Amino acid sequence: MLEIKGLEVKLEEEDKQILKGVDLSIAPGTVHAIMGPNGSGKSTLSYVLSGKDGYEVTGGSATLDGEDLLDMEPEERAALGLFLAFQYPVEIPGVGNMTFLRTAVNAQRKARGEDELSAADFLKEVREKAKSLKIDAEMLKRPVNVGFSGGEKKRNEILQMAMLEPKMCILDETDSGLDVDAMKLVADGVNALRSEGRSFLVITHYQRLLDHIQPDIVHIMANGRIIKSGGPELALEVENNGYADILSEVA
Amino acid sequence: MALAQLKIDTTEARLADVDLPQGAAWGNAARADALARVRLMALPTKRDEYWKYTDPTSLTAVDAPEAALFASDEAPLFDAVDRVKIVFVDGVFDADASDDLEATGLEIERLSDAMATDIHWAKDIYGVLEAHGQKPVARPLAALNTALATDGVVIRVTGKATKPVNFIYLHNDTTSDAILHNVVKVEAGAEMTLLETGPAAARFSKLLEVEVAEGGKFNHVRAQGRDHERRAVTHCFARIAADSVFKSFTLTFNGVLTRNECVLELVGDDAVAHVAGVCVGDGKDFHHDDTVFITHDALNGESRQVFKKVLRNGATGVFQGKILVKEGAQKTDGYQISQSLLLDDDSQFLAKPELEIYADDVACSHGSTSGAIDETALFYLRSRGVPHDEARNLLTLSFLAEALEEIEDETLAEDLRDRLEGWLARHR
Repeated sequence: MLEIKGLEVKLEEEDKQILKGVDLSIAPGTVHAIMGPNGSGKSTLSYVLSGKDGYEVTGGSATLDGEDLLDMEPEERAALGLFLAFQYPVEIPGVGNMTFLRTAVNAQRKARGEDELSAADFLKEVREKAKSLKIDAEMLKRPVNVGFSGGEKKRNEILQMAMLEPKMCILDETDSGLDVDAMKLVADGVNALRSEGRSFLVITHYQRLLDHIQPDIVHIMANGRIIKSGGPELALEVENNGYADILSEVA
Repeated sequence: MALAQLKIDTTEARLADVDLPQGAAWGNAARADALARVRLMALPTKRDEYWKYTDPTSLTAVDAPEAALFASDEAPLFDAVDRVKIVFVDGVFDADASDDLEATGLEIERLSDAMATDIHWAKDIYGVLEAHGQKPVARPLAALNTALATDGVVIRVTGKATKPVNFIYLHNDTTSDAILHNVVKVEAGAEMTLLETGPAAARFSKLLEVEVAEGGKFNHVRAQGRDHERRAVTHCFARIAADSVFKSFTLTFNGVLTRNECVLELVGDDAVAHVAGVCVGDGKDFHHDDTVFITHDALNGESRQVFKKVLRNGATGVFQGKILVKEGAQKTDGYQISQSLLLDDDSQFLAKPELEIYADDVACSHGSTSGAIDETALFYLRSRGVPHDEARNLLTLSFLAEALEEIEDETLAEDLRDRLEGWLARHR
């Protein structure tokens, strides 16, 4: 599904190398987690994959189902099936959540040469999916993320994910700013989307999200590289001992 | 001295060959007084402080500069709205194209008929609100309009008008020079909505005087454009009585020169005045100026000014807005925001927000910003699959939302939003 080879990235504005050769291969239907200390390059990886401006790829490659991601516009990557759940979802005053969702769903369908979803079908689907995430009609009507609590914003991200049905989902610190109940709700939403054809890359600081979204493989990232990979037990090791042991072990 | 002489010369040149339209004595006197005001104040030049950002030369010139006609491919605005149509072609009332004024259920008369009537209610408003609005800032072009206005209508509303009145302007002559003066009186507890649509003339001066009596409500929605070469100056003077509401919204497309002045006075307690505007302009030959002056002269008044401008390819936007709170106008709630979305480095927004407050228990705020499209929001939308241009347009509408929300009637708002989307789709 997602193949990253030797990916090197620096900031466009300053001559600062952030990713220094990242290798990552995610098979269909699997859940990978990336953990790592602040400044290790986790969020940069998610931004570079989804096509945010401000980064320069200086080496390596990233493909989704064999197609070169790095050469595409962000909207093309989305239409291909890549989705990034933002750490800080953006507020867009004056644009209704429903309008936004419908514009996005239909833009992707159009890009893939599919028919647009009718208003009635869209409404039916969005209501069903919103219900399971405890997103009420009022929240759907409001402008995108405006006046939403931290938990509501993250649930709204998962609703977008559910509506867009991507194959490769990246969750960037989705647990940040969530209390236990909100985290459980978000995790349930993600788990409901797990399927054979859909993969996840969960970026997090903490083990606790991984109690709810159980990963197949855990990677530790530090200083722009993946320095260690293993099973779910690796996350527990981090939880118990911090990163210091792993970092010194690798060094 | 040189400046004073220039102003006098400009004024005398403009007035050299004019004849004041004649009617009943009160009308003739109102026009003569206005002419005297023009001479006293003299017409503006670009060196006047109040015209610092907008050059009035083409508005004060003897002849109207030529303006190409604009053929629109869109259906007329508010086509689906049941409304009373009053049509002006190049500033001249067209009775055949208009609805029968007698059958509208409202008191509507052509200005020339009203001004030929010896005793008429319009006597207390025509030129009176304009003259009152000359202080503390002189508005000589408004006085010129009162003196010379060749057409217009007067409307008196005594109950709740069942449908809006729509002034529909058509531009058929490339050198037409229109001076229109309209008067509206909303009696106590009465309500009406006035719509204005269409390009009016190559050059036009439009003046609207509105008196809203106690508990009355006046709602004004106006669309200017999409003609490119017009030169326009409009004035709205309103006197807003106790417990009454005045709301005005203007959407402007294109135009080499548009200056919209709005002068409102809250004279009774608990009055409300909202004035808002959106303009969209593309290119160096776009210049739009909103100049607003709101005076609070009573208790508990609420005023809002919400102006948003989308400017690209070297377009210029101007905002001069003032809230004056007089002594004793306690508990005034005044709000003013003017913002521009600059879609490139060549466009410019010039803003002069002012507050002048002589009461000690008021809440007034003002803000002004210029900014580009929010790159983070743009990326957010694109990451969801929305193509770049579509995402930019969504964010542009998002920027305009606060002003568009000032339109109370959802049907009218939807019509205007459609036109805006059309404009944005054409200007990528």
